[in-house]
Amino acid sequence: MHKEAAIREPLILGDDVTYSKISDDVLATIEGKTTKGWKILMTIAAIVGLWGVGNILYLIGTGIGTWGLNKTVGWAWDITNFVWWVGIGHAGTLISAVLLLFRQKWRMAINRPAEAMTIFAVFMAGLFPMIHMGRIWMAYWVLPLPNEFGPMWVNFNSPLLWDVFAISTYLSVSLVFWYIGLIPDFATIRDRAKSPVPKLMYSLLSFGWTGNAKAWQRFEEVSLVLAGLATPLVFSVHSIVSMDFATSVIPGWHTTIFPPYFVAGAVFSGFAMVQTLMIIVRKVMHLEKYVTIKHIEYMNIIIIVTGSIVGVAYLTELFISWYSGVEYESYAFINRFSGPYAWAYWCMMTCNVISPHLFWWKKLRTNLAFTFIMSIIVNIGMWFERFVIIVTSVHRDYLPSSWSMFYPTWVDIGVFIGTLGLFSVFYLLFLRYFPVLALNELKTILKSSGEKYKNMSDEDFKKLHPVKK
Amino acid sequence: MEYTISKNAKLTTIILIVVGLLALIVGLTTDHGHHVSQRFWANLLVNGYFYFTISLAALFFLALQYVSEMAWGVTTHRVFQAIMSFMPIGAVVLLAVFIAGAAHMHHLYHWMDPEVHNPESSHYDELIANKGAYLNIPFFFVRSLIYIGVWMFFAYWFRKKSMEEDQLNLAAGDVSPIYKRSIFMGVLFIFFFAYTSSSSAWDWLMSIDTHWFSTLFGWYAFSGMWVSCMIFAVVLVLYLKGKGFLKEVNDSHIHDLGKWMFAISCLWSYLWFSQFMLIWYSDIPEEVTYYLFRFEHYKLLYVGTFFVNFLLPFFILMSRDAKRNAVFLLPIALIIFVGHWLDVLTMVLPGTMFEDGQLGMVEIGMFLMFTGVFIFVVLTSLTKASLVTKNHPMLDESLHLHH
Repeated sequence: MHKEAAIREPLILGDDVTYSKISDDVLATIEGKTTKGWKILMTIAAIVGLWGVGNILYLIGTGIGTWGLNKTVGWAWDITNFVWWVGIGHAGTLISAVLLLFRQKWRMAINRPAEAMTIFAVFMAGLFPMIHMGRIWMAYWVLPLPNEFGPMWVNFNSPLLWDVFAISTYLSVSLVFWYIGLIPDFATIRDRAKSPVPKLMYSLLSFGWTGNAKAWQRFEEVSLVLAGLATPLVFSVHSIVSMDFATSVIPGWHTTIFPPYFVAGAVFSGFAMVQTLMIIVRKVMHLEKYVTIKHIEYMNIIIIVTGSIVGVAYLTELFISWYSGVEYESYAFINRFSGPYAWAYWCMMTCNVISPHLFWWKKLRTNLAFTFIMSIIVNIGMWFERFVIIVTSVHRDYLPSSWSMFYPTWVDIGVFIGTLGLFSVFYLLFLRYFPVLALNELKTILKSSGEKYKNMSDEDFKKLHPVKK
Repeated sequence: MEYTISKNAKLTTIILIVVGLLALIVGLTTDHGHHVSQRFWANLLVNGYFYFTISLAALFFLALQYVSEMAWGVTTHRVFQAIMSFMPIGAVVLLAVFIAGAAHMHHLYHWMDPEVHNPESSHYDELIANKGAYLNIPFFFVRSLIYIGVWMFFAYWFRKKSMEEDQLNLAAGDVSPIYKRSIFMGVLFIFFFAYTSSSSAWDWLMSIDTHWFSTLFGWYAFSGMWVSCMIFAVVLVLYLKGKGFLKEVNDSHIHDLGKWMFAISCLWSYLWFSQFMLIWYSDIPEEVTYYLFRFEHYKLLYVGTFFVNFLLPFFILMSRDAKRNAVFLLPIALIIFVGHWLDVLTMVLPGTMFEDGQLGMVEIGMFLMFTGVFIFVVLTSLTKASLVTKNHPMLDESLHLHH
């Protein structure tokens, strides 16, 4: 596109931004010294992560009886955490793939950190089904490998197996997409590196990128092809996660709206987590010129839209549970909003359905502190959504004498908190050693969407860029 | 450039209407089954719904363009406004069907029969009676009138303001004040539509199979109307370009329209499959009847529609070149347009005509007739304003679209 409408707000702020300044600003943390703040955060994250690892080892050594599960509630925090993390892992690919297809230039400033978040979140998610197996050393049995176990073979009818395929495909495509985007940026670091060790490391990572026109052309082609491949994955992953529940005959789990509604919910929570991270990152790393208030506002708008879709789905489920006339179906929902877990239901409703509507006010959705608080609220709400779906649907089953409650043990809590720590360790490493914004992609929008160039008159722009005929 | 309907176009619509009407009359008079009048009304509902919701989806897409700051589509705003213009006629048809139902002239909506709500009657149906708080005639009409009234108000507003915008005399650098208000109204409409697109589908279509329910149904119906609208827009734009109009629309715009047709076809298929697969997998009697009946009596139509509507656009329009080329776009568009009409047909007929539903003279005749009227109304609307809007702040960006 040659021309951008004047009313579009600039996406790169400041009159002094040049190509080299973008490199300087983005790479400052990699090229500078490790800061005290980073070291403190890393220490905390590592301790929390290690605490989680300790809990997991204890769990594997002792058995999953150390969780609060019982014979009625067979799935609780484990699967809640799994779905929560997978959901968070949705925004990255949506931003990098779907927004690329929609030619949204503002994605350039947030795709890299969002994709990193995606990949680490999917790591955390994958952990839960594996430790849920109890005998984690048999985890590879979920793969349809030729084997010597006799008639042992995976069950292709099970959505849990579809999940294995969906998530591993998603992870691999996301990784490839992320890495390909990183290559030119690694090359930039390589070219600027002064000491030999980083130079060697980054030149290995950059795969000998030369940056000539041909390379860029292929880069763009590959990006589009991968975006095309990744877009159906954005839908398939959470659809299949939802089918873990929806293919069952459990009231509250079996409902046809689940696939698209889980996808919307995942995007909702993913963007909330991007906000949580980016509001801190842009401030600490001085990237306010590139991740502007407009970016934050766009993401908040996505949060309103997806939050509203989720809200419509909640109300649809509630209405149809009555409309169906099925006693069990109706009871599942009555129990949700008025049973012993009503507090969780109303917490979910407040966080996910009511509070995002505050973003209708432009003042609020362009306010950083408010956005940060809201992003935490949405993260909490989406955790509760999964908890409500999973636990309240099964804790009162068809046989009232088996009704029970779920109480988490310290292992349940420890494993969950531990994954937050592990995630932070990965993310902090990423912030320290990887180019945190896609700096070379950012440069491509400087002339069309940078503040300096947008405000320039056509004559000045032509003087700066004479066209040779 | 001003558009005028060519003689050929006029003739074609007249032929469509006349042939359709003849087929309809012949079909009705030669049908000696018990359900002749039911068949007539069922088909009126199918076509009224199909074309009304195409207009509705055009309004949705127009509102979406404002809300999402979409620039490329500005050159085709008038096309979507023209598609919107069928709304009043569609509304009259739908309301006629509903009023006739309330007057018991047909039995499309089983729940409108007071006997099923009467515990004393031998036709008493407890399941339906329990839904009485929602499925009753007064409330149904209140809802339907609110949907139609509010939607049409927004359609009227967008059209009116867009015409006003053309007349503005803007100094360089000024932004049209109508643009900002259109964004606001777009948000309001989409918010209202988010709820009513689902509930109208429950009321008008899902309640035909009164016992049956599916939470996804509303979104599924929504994707159907959206894709039908995009298909129609593609065909209309290609037609206008073929006649030498809409010079502002270049290959990239066609490509983008093609992408939407492709993408929403995928969305529709995804939702069709999700609803079907989950119900098939769980095999719960009260849900699975819907599909069992269709598989037993409408197998080819029902399953065939799905595969055609999914596979054809999916494989053929996947490539970039196909989405820019009328040779690929047009045949696919025409086939799946009929495909999505069949989708509505198979939503309505099994619950109203039961084993006797068919794709015969009545169905085809009514479809041709409505198609003729629809095309005529849309083309007439195009003649009433310039084919490209003026003064939209993103018009220039849209004119320079190139990718």
